[in-house]
Amino acid sequence: MKNIIALIMGMAFGIILVKAEVLSWFRIQEMFAFQSIHMYGIIGSAVIVGAISVWIIKKMKARSIEGNVIEIPEKAKLFVSPYVGGTIFGLGWAMTGACPGPLYALIGSGTTIMILSVIMGILGVLAYAQLRDKLPR
Amino acid sequence: MNEFIEWLSNPWPWYVSGPIIGLMVPLHLILLNRTFGISSSFRHACAAVIPNKLPFLQYDWKSEIWNLIFAGGILIGAFLAAQFLSNGEPIALSQAAIERMNRFGITDLSGQHPNQIFSWELIGTWKTLLFVVVGGFLVGFGTRYAGGCTSGHAIMGLSHFQLPSFIAVLGFFTGGLLMSWGILPLILS
Repeated sequence: MKNIIALIMGMAFGIILVKAEVLSWFRIQEMFAFQSIHMYGIIGSAVIVGAISVWIIKKMKARSIEGNVIEIPEKAKLFVSPYVGGTIFGLGWAMTGACPGPLYALIGSGTTIMILSVIMGILGVLAYAQLRDKLPR
Repeated sequence: MNEFIEWLSNPWPWYVSGPIIGLMVPLHLILLNRTFGISSSFRHACAAVIPNKLPFLQYDWKSEIWNLIFAGGILIGAFLAAQFLSNGEPIALSQAAIERMNRFGITDLSGQHPNQIFSWELIGTWKTLLFVVVGGFLVGFGTRYAGGCTSGHAIMGLSHFQLPSFIAVLGFFTGGLLMSWGILPLILS
């Protein structure tokens, strides 16, 4: 059941990523050059809706469809790794013009060469797993 | 009905698509009992496909298979949107962005991604390899090191007021601005 829900939600998200144009390299470059409100408006309004939702869910002690009261795990209280890792991701984001969700969406919508980026992304995880103990956190 | 399809076929303005993307946060929590985040799918794929003994990849990835299915769903949904809900027009970039692209020598602004970089015919060129291969590697490595991507940190994490997520987003922009303003002009000129 969970997998069917995930599939349907993924499909909806894929449609949105295309229609919102957030999977476009052009849009990402435009964002980093501060030449349009488009991407900032999307991320900003998504965070506002997300934050209100989280607030309501906590306030109401809402339950998931599995029946448990929803608990949202805190992100690990680390500061070096989010910044350094985030910077490395940012470099890749501006190169590929895509974060992970849009990479899948690009493959589906016809820019199939991005399958190589996904494979390299998976190898990037492997490299991280190898180096993990040596990296500052 | 036809008018509705036509409206769907045009790009959606940010104030429509942004809030819908935000709804992924409560939908994940309520329907999947999980937090929103996509880059973990790279980790699950890595753990599933590549035989290894690395502690970071020794976990029950099968219990997170929904995340890989979600990723597969993105691919299918994007296919459907491109096939049936697309008007085929170039992206309506700002004039400043168009001029900047032209300065970079990117004159073909049709499609969603520049055909002059991201196409199979150019796979032998160092530029395309750099963007596709090195870029993809940095996305995979960086998201795992940071503990999330645009969805997990920027949208889910900020919605939940997580300080590490705020720092991660600062990192995203440090890297993105460095690439876009510093390195990209060197590569493309």
